Parts: sequence; structure tokens; C-alpha cells
Amino acid sequence: MLEIKGLTATIDGKEILRGIDLTVPEGEIHAIMGPNGAGKSTLSYVLSGREGYEVTGGSVTYNGADLLAMEPEERAAAGVFLAFQYPVELPGVGNANFIRTALNAIRRARGEAELDAVQFLKEARAAVTALKMPDDMLKRNVNVGFSGGEKKRNEVLQMALLKPTLALLDETDSGLDIDALKIVAEGVNALRGPAFSALVITHYQRLLDHIVPDRVHVLAAGKIVRSGGPELALELEANGYAGLEAA
Amino acid sequence: MSGTDLLDGFDLAALPGASAREAASARLRAGGWPTRRDEAWHYTDLAAGLRGFALGPAPAVEVAAELPEGQRVVFVNGRFDAARSTAPDWVGRLGGAAADTARGGVVVALNTALAEDGVAITLAPGQQGGTLFLVTLAAGRGETMPAIAPRHRIALGAGATLTLIETARGEGSYLHAPVFEVELGEGARLNHYRLQDESGEAVHVATIFAEIAGGAGYESFTLNRGARLSRNETHARLTGPAADVHLNAAQLLNGTQHGDVTTVVRHDAPDCASRQTVKSVLAGAARGVFQGRIEVDRIAQKTDGYQMNQALLLSDEAEIDSKPELEIFADDVKCSHGATIGALDPEQLFYLRSRGVPAAEAKSILIRAFLDEALEPVTDEAARAVFEAAIGAWWREGA
Repeated sequence: MLEIKGLTATIDGKEILRGIDLTVPEGEIHAIMGPNGAGKSTLSYVLSGREGYEVTGGSVTYNGADLLAMEPEERAAAGVFLAFQYPVELPGVGNANFIRTALNAIRRARGEAELDAVQFLKEARAAVTALKMPDDMLKRNVNVGFSGGEKKRNEVLQMALLKPTLALLDETDSGLDIDALKIVAEGVNALRGPAFSALVITHYQRLLDHIVPDRVHVLAAGKIVRSGGPELALELEANGYAGLEAA
Repeated sequence: MSGTDLLDGFDLAALPGASAREAASARLRAGGWPTRRDEAWHYTDLAAGLRGFALGPAPAVEVAAELPEGQRVVFVNGRFDAARSTAPDWVGRLGGAAADTARGGVVVALNTALAEDGVAITLAPGQQGGTLFLVTLAAGRGETMPAIAPRHRIALGAGATLTLIETARGEGSYLHAPVFEVELGEGARLNHYRLQDESGEAVHVATIFAEIAGGAGYESFTLNRGARLSRNETHARLTGPAADVHLNAAQLLNGTQHGDVTTVVRHDAPDCASRQTVKSVLAGAARGVFQGRIEVDRIAQKTDGYQMNQALLLSDEAEIDSKPELEIFADDVKCSHGATIGALDPEQLFYLRSRGVPAAEAKSILIRAFLDEALEPVTDEAARAVFEAAIGAWWREGA
């Protein structure tokens, strides 16, 4: 269970998160919607431990542990995965090697045996096929020369192989055509289960047609201003975000 | 140290070929070690690096080492170690014959004055030499700093091939100043791979002369990670048409190490290609130097020259000096050069860490990726293994 209480954070002294309260129980998928500049990406970066953000107040616990006290790699080992809005290119680093290194680092941190190259490639190839990705996706350098859609699918491929228990999807739908969007949604839905939870951050409602959330929250000006069921997303789609800041 | 007492610790008259040695030592005494006032040594102050150290002859010592399997030649403090070598019959020794003094600067003069031994590789036309390891071990355990100055000669007949993997290691304080004279006949190919992994108290100054005939290829990669002060100076001359040369290098330096990669590529024939990719990773207060000069004679039309020098600075105190020079007298040539300096990308680091990779491992992955382009032409598996192990060890020892 993810519990965020009174979270405030600044970048360069500017307050972006102004007291976020949010609970995501195990097994649930919650959507966070909101206008540009509401603090959606900041929330995902603060949760994953990116440098440059100063947490000025509040707490975040994941399964009882203080998430904010952990290094980014410790959060990954604890089961947290951030699907980046802008996946980073790593020239000179092969994709298969990258994912295997990550998987084995997580397994080491958890005291599990590492996977050898053969075992890993078998799993990786199956995941590539399931995500309808080109076969050479594993051989290429990480995200180098990938189209926008391929980069997003590569995030989902990593998620499928690292098997997180808490996924943070930061505008994973942006830049995707409808076919790619469905594939990405299938990747997330495949992980759904009693031990998997996710925060799906999106500007648009259309992703939520394919990843149906248990709860929808509206983030505006650094605060959750409304929460509701899936129908809230439809309402926002129809009426827009105008006026919500004042709510 | 003044110029007059550089070689006081040596009895040159007792060595064979005394006249050439005397001529070389006279040159050395007259000029002394190069300082920053010498243009070719402007960024590497050898005089300062050797100040306060009394050079002496390298004593016969034993140095323990793990040796590679297969064909190998072992030198200890500049002397051939017959017991630990497994040399094929085309590998000889360059006895005490004093070497040619005509080319090179003061460091080559030092080698000429002191060289007592070295490997002499001679492959007949068409002969395939396979892979040969040249293991050089050194130790400086006494009051004086041993001067180790082997002279190696590698001559490949037309169409002959060889992969030479050289590893230089040692302990204590010493000066290792090898000179390589490489001659490639038409269509011959030499892969010359060099790992400079000397003792952290050592000074390493290597000079390589390569003469490359038509259609021949000199493929070289050097990894500098040892020695407190090092310089690898390569002079490659393309003497016949359609020859090619690769002078790639990487440096991994930390603390107060100083590493210098200097190249001079001379195109004296048409249709030749030269490629240089040099990457420096500098941590602590380390200092890297790259000086690359491409000279294209007026008859060397259709020359294709490429030079890329990149540095990754891991701390604010690390420093790189880069000096590319092009001197082109032909009118139909393609020559390009570039230099970049940067730090590790925090976005890339965070991306790796967010996937569970610990910070230190994430840095090592990005550094290995940075080196990739320079290592790419090294396809020989044994050489790859040597370099990957050295790169991995550099990281584990705490850059």
C-alpha cells in the first residue's frame, strides 16, 4: 500500500506540491489527471527519487517503509517502477544487457539468485513478442534511434520484465497512436493482480478506456482537488479542468 | 636535475654498440629532459616528473605474474625471460645491438643509449602469426629508479598477419621507456593492442614508429590506466597506396595521474585512410593530454583522415588538454577532427538507478558505454578480455 500524507516539495525554491494526500491500496490502479503544470510529473519524480526536488514536508510510505529515505535503486528493489514520460537514450548500452543488469541488481538486493543470459533472453523474447515489438528491440542500444512509440513500449517491456509491485506511469500515453496505446495498456493490464498497484498519470481520458482505474484523482496546483470513480475521468473529458483549482 | 648527470648512473662504454649509445647520450646530455618549453612536450612536463629521482640500470629481478595461455614473450626489467616465454621460432631477440638514432626525440635517444634487449618479430611473406602476448614486468625496489628501455622490432612480410597483445605491469618506482619499430610489408596486417597498467609510482613513455606499405593495415588500440606519468607517442607513416591505420586509445586515470596520447600520422601515398578515436575518463585531479597531428603530403590524394578526441571528466579538478593539428598539402582529401568534453549525464544516471542499478554500477556502465567507440575495432577475443578486465578492475579499485 502506498500512503502519501501532506506531501510538499519544491524545485529551486518554488513550491510545486502543496500538500498531497493519497492512498493507493494493494491491487488497485489509481489515475491522476490534471492540467499542465499541476505537479503530476513532479509527483512521479519525487516518488521515484530523482535529484533536484526538495521534499519540504509530509511523508510517503510504501508497505510501511519510508520511501523518501531510500535511494532510487532501493525504491526499485522495493518494487517501485517509473515509466518515464521522456525515456532516456543510453548510447553504447545494449537494451538486453541493460534490462538484465537492472533485473539482476534488483534480484541481488532482494537476496535472490541472478538470472543467466540464456534464462533472461528466453523471458525477454517472450515479452517482446507479447508487446508486438520488433525482434531487434533487445539488440539495439537503449532507446537510441527509437521512435516515440517505441520508447514508450520499451518502458512497458522493462516493466513487464522487472515485474514491479507499484508502477508509476508518467504520461505513458503521450505521443502514442491508438494501436500502440492498446499494446501499452495490455502490458499494464497483464500485471494487474492482488499484489500490483499503479498510479497512472495522464492528461487525457483515452488511456483510461484501456486501463480502467479503480479511482481517479484530480491534481491541480499541487493538491488533490477531487477524487472519484472511473466516471470522474469521463466528466473531466466532457467539462475540462476549468474551475477545479478553486474546488 | 641538470642535463649533464642524467646518465651518470650508467656505464655506457660497457654495453655493445658504444658509439651509437655515446651519440644518443650526448644528445640527451645536451638537451636534458623535455620541459613545457619544448612544444612537443608542452602539456607533459617530463623533466618535472623525473626531478629528484636518480636513474640507474635496471637490476635483474624476479616479478611474479599470472601469464596468459598461448604464444608469449616475457620481459622482466627489460630482459628476456626465457623460462617463462613460449615463443615461436619467428620471435627473436634484439640482443644488445644499438638501434637507429635518426628519428625521435630525447626519449628515443634515452632508449638508444640504454637499450640492451627487446623482441624481434619477423614474419615471412604470407605467414600467419596468430596471437602473441608480449608481457613486460618491472620492479623498482631500491634507492635508484631503474630505467627500463627495451627496443622492440616487428617486421611483417607482404601479406603476413599478427595480433600482438602487450601488457605492461610492475611494482614500485621505475621508468619504462620502450621503443617499437614496426614495419609492415604490402598487404600485411598487424593488430597491436597495448595495455599500460604500470605501477602507480612508475613513469611510462612509449614511442612507436610504424611504417605501413601499400594495402597494409596497422590496427592499434592502447589503454592507459597505470603509471603516475605516461605518454604513448605513435608515429605512423603510410608509405604505399590504399593502406590504413587505426590509432585508437582510451585513458582511465584518477588521483594525480597524468596520461598523454600523442599521435603523428603521415600520409605519404594516395588512397590511404587513418582513423583515430581517443577517449579519456578522468577522475580526481587526473590530467589527460591528447595531441594528434595528421600530415598529408601533396601526392597523398584521396586521403581519408578522421580524428575524434573525447573526454569525460568525473570531477571538477580533472583536466584535459587537446591539441589537434592538420597539415594538408594535397587538394583532394577528406580530413575531419573533433573534440568534446563532458561529465556524466545525470538523466542517464537516474534512469539506470530508477531501474534498480546501484549508483556505482550505473556510473561504470555509462563509462564503459563512453569507451565503446574506441574499443569497437578490437574484435580479437583475447584482447577484448584483457581490456574488459582492466576496465572492470579500474572501476572496482574506486575511480
